Amino acid sequence: MASTHNGATARLMLSPAVVLLLVWMAVPLAMTLWYSLHDYQLLMPRGNEFVGLENYVYFLTDPAFFQSLANTLALVMGVLTITVAGGIGLALLLDRPMYGQGIVRVLVVSPFFVMPTVSALVWKNMFMNPVNGLFAWLAQVFGMRAIDWLAEVPLLSLTIIVAWGWLPFATLILLTALQSLDAEQQEAAKMDGANSFARFVHITLPHLARPIAVVILIQTIFLLSVFAEILVTTNGGPGNQSTNLAYLVYSQALLRFDVGSASAGGVVAVVLANILAIFLMRLVGKNLES
Amino acid sequence: MARASADRHKLLVTVVAWGVALAIFFPILWTVLTSFKTEAAAVAIPPQFLFFDWTTENYAEVWARTDYLHHFTNSVVISLGSSLMGLLVAIPAAWAMAFSPTRGTRGVLMWMLSTKMLPAVGVLVPIYLLCKRAGLLDTRTALVIVLMLSNLPIMVWMLFTYFKEIPRDILEAARMDGATLRYELLYILAPMALPGIASTLLLNVILAWNESFWTLNLTAASTGPLTAFIASFSAPEGLFYAKLSAASTLAIAPIVVLGWLSQKQLVRGLTFGAVK
Amino acid sequence: MTLKRRLLALGAGLASVFATHAGAVTLTIATVNNGDMIRMQKLADDFTRQHSDIELRWVTLEENLLRQRVTIDVATQGGQYDVVTVGNYEVPIWAAHDWLVPLEDLGEDFARDDLLPAISDSLSYDGKLYAAPFYAESALTMYRTDLFDRAGLAMPESPTWEFIRTAAESITDRDNGIYGICLRGKAGWGENMAFVSTLAHSWGARWFDMQWQPQLQSQRWQAAVAFYVDLLRKYGPPGASTNGFNENLALFQAGKCGIWIDASVAASFVSDPRQSSVADNVAFALFPARGDLQNRGNWLWAWSFVIPAASANVEAAKTFVAWATGKSYTQLVAAESGWADAPPGTRQSLYASAEYQQAAPFADIVLRAIEAANTRHPSEQAVPYVGGNFVSIAPYQGIGTVVGQQISAAVAGQLSTQRALANAQYIAEREMTRARYRD
Repeated sequence: MASTHNGATARLMLSPAVVLLLVWMAVPLAMTLWYSLHDYQLLMPRGNEFVGLENYVYFLTDPAFFQSLANTLALVMGVLTITVAGGIGLALLLDRPMYGQGIVRVLVVSPFFVMPTVSALVWKNMFMNPVNGLFAWLAQVFGMRAIDWLAEVPLLSLTIIVAWGWLPFATLILLTALQSLDAEQQEAAKMDGANSFARFVHITLPHLARPIAVVILIQTIFLLSVFAEILVTTNGGPGNQSTNLAYLVYSQALLRFDVGSASAGGVVAVVLANILAIFLMRLVGKNLES
Repeated sequence: MARASADRHKLLVTVVAWGVALAIFFPILWTVLTSFKTEAAAVAIPPQFLFFDWTTENYAEVWARTDYLHHFTNSVVISLGSSLMGLLVAIPAAWAMAFSPTRGTRGVLMWMLSTKMLPAVGVLVPIYLLCKRAGLLDTRTALVIVLMLSNLPIMVWMLFTYFKEIPRDILEAARMDGATLRYELLYILAPMALPGIASTLLLNVILAWNESFWTLNLTAASTGPLTAFIASFSAPEGLFYAKLSAASTLAIAPIVVLGWLSQKQLVRGLTFGAVK
Repeated sequence: MTLKRRLLALGAGLASVFATHAGAVTLTIATVNNGDMIRMQKLADDFTRQHSDIELRWVTLEENLLRQRVTIDVATQGGQYDVVTVGNYEVPIWAAHDWLVPLEDLGEDFARDDLLPAISDSLSYDGKLYAAPFYAESALTMYRTDLFDRAGLAMPESPTWEFIRTAAESITDRDNGIYGICLRGKAGWGENMAFVSTLAHSWGARWFDMQWQPQLQSQRWQAAVAFYVDLLRKYGPPGASTNGFNENLALFQAGKCGIWIDASVAASFVSDPRQSSVADNVAFALFPARGDLQNRGNWLWAWSFVIPAASANVEAAKTFVAWATGKSYTQLVAAESGWADAPPGTRQSLYASAEYQQAAPFADIVLRAIEAANTRHPSEQAVPYVGGNFVSIAPYQGIGTVVGQQISAAVAGQLSTQRALANAQYIAEREMTRARYRD
């Protein structure tokens, strides 16, 4: 292959994407860095003077900052746990012969296509609402107290809403991987008298390691910036209990109209995202090496 | 004996699978059902599942209040436009990475993905000001460009992993037989690459259709897609469950149906290199 | 002439050609998705019939989203909108930055002198009117006469907080889904803080002392918030910490609330039998006061239209604003859907109209509440700001948002009132320092 695509051609083919992404990253990032060092408040224009690191100090000492970090991680981990575990279970289930497999699969995949704003609105109003929601009715039927989901367990509620949307994604990837599992290997293990649990642990799970790594990687990318769901349901509250980093930056930028500190927050988020990215690549990358 | 047990087993699996599938699908089903209720029936306790007075008044109301087709057209243009443009840039890049990998390839790929981890809101004001200066506020062009760029890393990654699986020996063999470059591209590579390209396109249409940060913040009246349409229904005064459900159904129906129809194609390329 | 200039000139030439030949102007109007605004959109055919050269395009959004988008656009001179819907919070602040076009010449039908003085005052800056009020509100106590009768209670026209508490207690019937009181709990400076701020003012508390030092840990704030949290947690509906105006309206209309204290604009919604199941059993009283103070908190809000200075269609925009807020629009609404639906709270003539008085039993009390709202002296104590349900300074959005989150957490039972107010004080001090109001 190297004969047809020498290095120069390859670079030429690669360059549009790299250049575009570089520009897409560099220009706003440069502007963000610039604003982060200046006093830029939309509602209080004061000549945008240079203020050094004041915006960073302000953002990093925000009482919500550390909580937002913890919440970001909790949300990502929670959703990953649910979707990976649920995805494995669903994949194993859907891999078996059954009647109407096509329809079942279509039903399971559907949440992936639903707009995050719509799914958050539906969950919030029609399921988790403590007066009119279905969950409240179910609790009542079973003689239990209706839980006020978004106030009592805001982060868990968000995790459920987000996980619902991503479960199909994990299921699809894991199912595809499962279907490529060598049937002969399975049969051989069966012959050797391995029970189904042993077969799962020793054959299926190792085979799924790679797709699980992929699911974790791709989902983390999206989960780090979960935003619409929070905006629609809890607005980051009560208090700061469901504020993640993306929402904190949002509240600086669009609730306080403080471009300076939002920019500082953006830069902080970029740095953290890159640290996490390196960490993730180390963790997951090994699994992806071919 | 074994046969009967296998049948019983299949039946059991069927029942469990359908139960789980319906539970997962239920929020969507419930939304659609609620959209056909009156506002009073929508909040009735106990909930009314199928036996209520079916009405289409919510759809009529939503239809009268907003220009659905206008938003729909914007959604189509923006999601399809950004995905097609993305393909144009991503295919060569992924191709080069897959077939002429260098030591830096993995690094470039990871760097691309990491650009996607930034919270968009951090760069909202810069992008807004850039769009303003370029006269692109409230234009589809701005959204096509922004969404294309923000999804580009995913596209490159997806195509790269797909292309990497294309067996190289076939190409070598064809070349031995004296195939021209044109022939090579059209009859050998294209058929093998197409499924991957198709599913990349589909995934990105879905992602772009559902994107609700840039589409809300860079648009005003002329280019708001369906995400803006739903935003106008999110909390009106008084009882609104049924109307909200009707609007939700209208907003998600096109993409959900597309997803159903193309599910098989989507899955073929959605492995991100997970399956060897 | 450089190429760029030439192109620009060409562009301008083309634009003028189009403008004169096609003659059509397209106005982009940003509005909030409230019932009255949606009605206006439906009635806008009347406007386009009269002005065939003006085309209207709507951006209808939920309040918070609307505020974000128009604020960014107006503050960066983006020019995306020709007419924007804002409240009396924004108007003086934006006008001070020259972001708005003064609306001194809206014509005869607009009849500026007909506006209620409290309203036009709150929309003026430096003596000039910068916004045209579409509808305006103070706050009221709405209650269910059937439930009050059953409990053997009589609501005074000017209730005290002490009475509200007693009444809420005796009406609450959790087993049957009846909650004594519904109040805003959803965090946001325009949501729970509109109520809490009014309540605190009626309690004699103030946001800032004369040196702009935040006062959130003062005794009066503590007492007022503790009262509110306790009231809502004991006699309020489940999920009160996520209920805003809309959620409470739905609850009240569905018959789940005994008392609801909120914006007076709700009066027409709860007494409209087409949407309210309790329309026949609703009555109104003034916003509560403390027995010893007789201060009713001074809530005043006016949804109004402004024209951003960056708009390219100022004249057409003025024509539209004059239509939507003029006297004839009231007539139009009355003719199309009845007098009770007329946009309330802005015009003396509306309250002088016998038809309106007859169709809207709440007209008098709403007028009284609006006229009594004194935003220059909202509290018993001296304050450096104008306000009531908010404080009219730029950093208030940020402060109100964060304080609102803290108080909402207290309503949810996640924080004690004391803790919440301590956090709120810390944040308010931070924000005021950052905004250079204090060192």
